[in-house]
Amino acid sequence: MVISKLVGARIKRKEDPRLITGGGTYTDDVRLPGMLYMAVLRSPHAHARIKRIDLGKALSHPGVVAALTGEEVKQVCDPIPALGPIEGMKLALRPPLAVGKVTHVGEGVVALVAESRYQARDALDLVEVEYEPLPANVDPERAMRRGAPVIHEHLKTNLAYSIKQSVGDVEGAFQRAAGTVKARLVEQRLIPLAMECRAVVAHYEPGPGTLTIWNTTQNPHVLRGFLASMLHLPENRIRVIAPDVGGGFGSKIDTYPEEALAALFSIRLGRPVKWAEERMENFQATIHGRGQLQEIEVAYDQDGGITALRVRIWADLGAYCQTFTHAIPTLTLTMLNGPYKIPNLAWELYGVYTNKTPTDAYRGAGRPEATYLLERALDLVAHRLGRDPTEVRRRNFIPKDAFPYKTAVGTVYDSGDYEGALDKVLRLANYTALRREQQERLQRGDRKLLGIGLSTFVEICGFAPNMPDNATVRVEPTGSVTVFTGTSPHGQGEETAFAQIVAEELGVPMEDITVVHGDTLTTPQGYGTLGSRTLPVGGTAVYQAAKTVKEKAVQLAAHLLKVTPDKVSYEGGRFFVEDIPDRKVSWKEVAEKAYSPPPELPADFEPGLLATVYFKPSNFTFPFGAHIAVVEVDRETGDVQVVNYFAVDDCGHRINPLLVEGQLHGGIAQGIAQDLYEEVVYDQNGQLLTNSLMNYAVPNPAMLPSYTLEASVTPTPVNPLGAKGVGELGTIGATPAVVNAVADALKPLGVDPAQVQMACTPERVWRLIQQAQRRRR
Amino acid sequence: MVCAPFTYHRPSSLRQAIALLQRLGEEAKVLAGGQSLIPVMKMRLAQPQHLIDLGGIQGLSYIREARGAVRIGALTTHAEVEASDLLKRRLPVLAETASLIGDMQVRNRGTIGGSVAHADPAADYPATLLALDARFKVVGPEGTRTVPASQFFPGPFTAALKPGEVVTEVQVPLPPQGSGASYQKFANKASRFAVVGVCAFISLNARGTIRSARLGVTGAADHPFRATAAEEALQGARPEERVFQRASRLVTQGVECVADVHGSAEYRAWLCQVLARRALETALARARGG
Repeated sequence: MVISKLVGARIKRKEDPRLITGGGTYTDDVRLPGMLYMAVLRSPHAHARIKRIDLGKALSHPGVVAALTGEEVKQVCDPIPALGPIEGMKLALRPPLAVGKVTHVGEGVVALVAESRYQARDALDLVEVEYEPLPANVDPERAMRRGAPVIHEHLKTNLAYSIKQSVGDVEGAFQRAAGTVKARLVEQRLIPLAMECRAVVAHYEPGPGTLTIWNTTQNPHVLRGFLASMLHLPENRIRVIAPDVGGGFGSKIDTYPEEALAALFSIRLGRPVKWAEERMENFQATIHGRGQLQEIEVAYDQDGGITALRVRIWADLGAYCQTFTHAIPTLTLTMLNGPYKIPNLAWELYGVYTNKTPTDAYRGAGRPEATYLLERALDLVAHRLGRDPTEVRRRNFIPKDAFPYKTAVGTVYDSGDYEGALDKVLRLANYTALRREQQERLQRGDRKLLGIGLSTFVEICGFAPNMPDNATVRVEPTGSVTVFTGTSPHGQGEETAFAQIVAEELGVPMEDITVVHGDTLTTPQGYGTLGSRTLPVGGTAVYQAAKTVKEKAVQLAAHLLKVTPDKVSYEGGRFFVEDIPDRKVSWKEVAEKAYSPPPELPADFEPGLLATVYFKPSNFTFPFGAHIAVVEVDRETGDVQVVNYFAVDDCGHRINPLLVEGQLHGGIAQGIAQDLYEEVVYDQNGQLLTNSLMNYAVPNPAMLPSYTLEASVTPTPVNPLGAKGVGELGTIGATPAVVNAVADALKPLGVDPAQVQMACTPERVWRLIQQAQRRRR
Repeated sequence: MVCAPFTYHRPSSLRQAIALLQRLGEEAKVLAGGQSLIPVMKMRLAQPQHLIDLGGIQGLSYIREARGAVRIGALTTHAEVEASDLLKRRLPVLAETASLIGDMQVRNRGTIGGSVAHADPAADYPATLLALDARFKVVGPEGTRTVPASQFFPGPFTAALKPGEVVTEVQVPLPPQGSGASYQKFANKASRFAVVGVCAFISLNARGTIRSARLGVTGAADHPFRATAAEEALQGARPEERVFQRASRLVTQGVECVADVHGSAEYRAWLCQVLARRALETALARARGG
């Protein structure tokens, strides 16, 4: 597809006027006659047996209509399925409400419905539950040891699965190595924290026997399938609608208990039921991201060539396997090579249940974890060899003429130019000048140390060859166009990007195109918006459907103009005969005639002007880039500020650079957030200490730098748009860059870079400085 | 997040408010902006049966100078303190302190009287009001009295108020010529409350030595406090780096620092020292400058 005046243009988001003037419709905006409100009583314990539940007082509270316990729900509803369990794994599926015992703080114990939201909430305080507290598992490494309290007794262990593999001659490479480095790195848990908390409205209509669900979901079709199987209802009687959704970052991929509970109440009572999550509930009841403990050992030669890696990962799954919980850490393994030609690798991955909220996909989902451990390790090698971090990276890059490139771990990269991106970002940041300033500050003894951190990276996205997606492009009789997509954007701006693709292909004005998403009744089976797939997979389907429609329109125009299709040109909303611009028919006329065919059309002409196309990509896509973070560290307080950020990102062709940059800004911000601010803290008893925005630090604009961005464009051969997807790229690139910068700043004080851990909070950095000073004295 | 049920009262006079407070006793809470109270009620950590909103009482929002002090009405918002020309001229450190509270929404709704009466151990105002030796005018069933800041914050979330009493005015004495003050805050990155905040006030005499110095500290302990040992070390001394270093090390003498997810006791003690030194340096520069 060519980059032209529409595709590749910086067009403002079509959806914004609606969203920023309060004209959007979110799930909590849905109000139905006779609607009841649901509230969920949550466990205050990380691990406890439920001895007794007394609903008496709650049920007699004014307005309360019904209540359910886990034992009751179990009779009529299956646990939430997990997608593609790992072979042989010990699967602990999440029941909608706890059965017999609670396994994490925030797990649902009782659900009830009342005539108003307030009555429902007040009634929760009247439910009596007697618990027998049990010792909790907080640390995944300890939880898999013998003697740890077993969470799911029927599984007899907390170890859900383990994967051990190696390629090449790892032992030999370590024996022959000029040197080795080792680090133990923490990928702390994060709260996804979408602006809009989760919500659901369930409406069962006993007459037709249909269940309509409005939900804050990223993938309505998957939810429909899950609910059908959990509730034993036919899929075609369930309609899932994802109205406007205020962000998800992966956390709204999951199917959650509340969707099933609201449906159960609605089916039982014949009334619509609404549940809207509270912000503090969101901290406990919506999945967490990340949560890995990583060990990495690197063998290198005297030039800094990486000859082997040994990686060991403990993944903190939380209490249950929910949707993709188990799968996220395996994505880390697929990207262990990064942009480097490392020939020998050995890896171990332990997926471990703990008494904490389940983890699952969070922006980047497994890939920031891979990039982080590799990029930290490369900096350690450079530090050990006394070389600039850029040198070690250049020494190891996969060269740009090597694509498609199959890495040692077996992942096939589509296209790339890693060194090109590095060169570009070094120029953009004026790297040598930065290094000079760093030295000058040191010599002056400034209170604020300068740190410069690099990250060169590649990620896997465009999910996936086994997850095709679809689009319907329907030209209405007046010539306006409706586009239906199986993806489910929730803030990314595809209403605009998809309209651009269609406007370009059909020559129809942007304002005449409406993009419909997030309704299983109107859109064919799709996989939603996740894994940076919406444009490369869903967008390609849109493009191909538009092309199919265009071909039919040309055929129809040819009939109307009484020439063969090859003689028909199309420009400015008009079909005309080549060289005779006066013999013409407008787009609108063609659209109208498609639905009311005149007699001159051949008998076998099929009326209508629409097409539904599925696109199944042949491979994932592999965006990449190079980032440089510049930080200031206050050597007295340990406080870190990112003062400058330079990024060169390559996501192939950019359909709308404005949208791409928006994704990068947000993505980098989330990387910086993990680096410096955000961190889920549980105490030894499994109590969530960071349980609100009062104690969990989400950065505001004043805590973030301005970004200097530049594009590198290496199209993917995997789809005709040449677009790779960009939703997660910024986060994946940013995570190691800032921490490498902090480590770089602290080196002159004698701080061992391997000791720097996320989040680089002031106290953590201060402690490193204090320790180094004590050692020096 | 919704509050437990409560009855809302909006008296139109101070007398009515005090009568209500007296009648309802422990079951009632006073609302004066609500930027701290409403969140804890939404979390159901506080479940008062009655809420007495002072917002309907006229004449409690003002900033004026009278009888050697700046007088600030209890319902004056942080934003008004931040923007006050009078304060910027006469007590700039107070406007500076207000500008560092929470965020713009909090500053537009929160009030100085509400803040001091709530006595959050990590609130900003107490540090500065301690350093400026402010007094609080308090009205209750037994009449009016004033309480010095140094006696007003005896414990966590505890102000020295008797049942039925309401703070109506904050009185800040005008500093003599050759004085300067600075509030140095290390905010926690989540709520912007102070992990530690230190306000230093220095008054120089004609010879350039320190006539008096006061240090108010918030966030570090379970209540805001005056760093008296440090103040004594500064009294009469030459204002120089060595003296400031020594005084800063004395800030936490006899103080038990608190610990939470934002900082250990050890780190808080360290911050007290660093921020006290920075506050003293800035206060000195300001004292010399004007």
